[in-house]
Amino acid sequence: MNRGRALVLAVPWAWLLLLLLAPCVIVLVIALSESVDRVPPYSFAHPSLDNLALVATDPLYRDALLLSLKVAGVSTLICLLAGYPMALAIARSGERWRALLLLLAMLPFWTGFLMRINAWIGLLQDDGWINTVLGGFGVAPLRLLYTDAAMYIGIVYTYLPFMVLPLYARLSQLEAALLEAAADLGAPPWRAFLRVTLPLSLPGVWAGALLVFIPAVGEYVIPELLGGPQAQLIGRVLWGEFFQNRDWPTAAAVAVALLVVLLVVPGAVFSFVRRRVT
Amino acid sequence: MGALQGRTLSPLLTVSGLTVRFGATVALDGLDLSVERGELFVLLGGSGSGKTTLLRAVGGFVQPQAGRIVLDGTDLGALPPHRRKVNTMFQSYALFPHMSVAANIGFGLRMRGLARAETDARVSEMLELVSLAGFGARMPAQLSGGQQQRVALARSLAPRPALLLLDEPLSALDRNLRRDTREELVRLQRRLGIAFILVTHDQEEALTMASRIGVMCNGKLAQVGSPAEVYERPNSRYVAEFLGAANILPAIAHASGTRLELSGSGITVCTATPVAAGPALLAIRPERMRLGETDAPNALHGVVVDRAYAGETLTHSVRLADGTVLRVTRSLRDGLGEAEAGMGERVTLSWRPDACIVLTE
Repeated sequence: MNRGRALVLAVPWAWLLLLLLAPCVIVLVIALSESVDRVPPYSFAHPSLDNLALVATDPLYRDALLLSLKVAGVSTLICLLAGYPMALAIARSGERWRALLLLLAMLPFWTGFLMRINAWIGLLQDDGWINTVLGGFGVAPLRLLYTDAAMYIGIVYTYLPFMVLPLYARLSQLEAALLEAAADLGAPPWRAFLRVTLPLSLPGVWAGALLVFIPAVGEYVIPELLGGPQAQLIGRVLWGEFFQNRDWPTAAAVAVALLVVLLVVPGAVFSFVRRRVT
Repeated sequence: MGALQGRTLSPLLTVSGLTVRFGATVALDGLDLSVERGELFVLLGGSGSGKTTLLRAVGGFVQPQAGRIVLDGTDLGALPPHRRKVNTMFQSYALFPHMSVAANIGFGLRMRGLARAETDARVSEMLELVSLAGFGARMPAQLSGGQQQRVALARSLAPRPALLLLDEPLSALDRNLRRDTREELVRLQRRLGIAFILVTHDQEEALTMASRIGVMCNGKLAQVGSPAEVYERPNSRYVAEFLGAANILPAIAHASGTRLELSGSGITVCTATPVAAGPALLAIRPERMRLGETDAPNALHGVVVDRAYAGETLTHSVRLADGTVLRVTRSLRDGLGEAEAGMGERVTLSWRPDACIVLTE
């Protein structure tokens, strides 16, 4: 009995050790190494905290990290504002429609991510579809591609399902009788929403926000393909250190800093939520 | 002056011709009902009889296809639930899980714009009323089922509705608690003078609590009356069998009078009240029949085929010569007797003429 249990538990533990902990340890080791001109381009002969200290103090990294947090935060907010009505509409639609609407919300996953971002380039570029349509109405071509707006569009578009799904899961569990009780006690629909639906959906809001926020902070591809050169997010900085400068230890130190920030921010959110709930 | 008088004399709630359909299913079929001020009206019916639909239509959660609902002179027709002076106690209680007991009870008061001080005062008054003083700060999940039930009651009573709708309010409680709560609920209703419409499928609940009972069948009221009226003088086979147990025997009256011939055995029995000539159904409550007594005016012979001991009562099932099985229930207030009829024993069943309930359908 105990042996069987241990065997079953060994699988996820091995998975976690191999695929989560081991890479983290390797990255940490590289971050503590010094950069050398050979393959691989680092040496652990004299471990030091120099790289981590550099990343913590140099304004380049600090600004990139702050910009990433801002972009991820704004994107999360837009996803929440767009995703909440969607999730609510799906949760409150009839059983027949519900499956179809859920499918539509997830449909983008059926196509490759890069293909979809490239499609946005086609839509947003100077002589792209959007400008062609606008030109038909006599609007002068807009500069859309390689702007912050294009980057936000790309991030919100990509991560919206990650907001909608946990929100939907939460909202669809909401007992209909609770809203009837609120109406029965004199609450018009908007007050019932503010007093009952919204507070009870908060765990879904937090889950969706984290699912959008965390990957958005480290996002590299979308700002690279859709954003302008000024959008120096931490993901792009990390990429530059690693592939352009071939400075693995500094890149690893940036990765460690990013990991720490991503543990601290959601951790703070979680403990805040837990205190609110209990 | 005249209008005012007319208003106080008219029923609190008048439902007329109410029809509700869900697709092809007719949940309410042109139902008429009036409920007086201060009464405890019990809607009794099996599942699917439409009793909950009626309650939800009055609450505003179901849109009727036809008919009118008038509360205290106001046609509720177009009013959404939050504008109706009616409150509902939901079967699932529907307590807001993220609000304290006090916030739950005060919800309806805040929605009606009561000042905080007044709300607080009314909330403690309601907590007192349902014997939950000191529980205001608890969350619903920290309460027992019985306590949750009382919070739901307090919450629905707090806005002082003209009419309170209760959907199976006791169904989630265990048996002993249910009996106590039943009495408590009736006391509370009398004290507050608020009219209640209570939905239940439990006939004992209906009989003990109601000032009037409405027995529902297929989206209509089969019979409305005081508990004693509905039990002693059911107007149909459905009501007779739904409310309490009944032995039903087909019979025929050859002439108007107090004589009925039982179709199965050809035996003639006497009724207390005159019966019109023609086919009829004779219903006799099991507790109005007895075993033994061969010299009674109405008697049948049969064989005991089953005995059911229920603590307070003992019920014998007796098979007649024509195969009909009748049940006879005896009170055990004097304990189990020595001369108890055993299985397979030949016995005589008898009943008094006034135990006969004659039904025409």
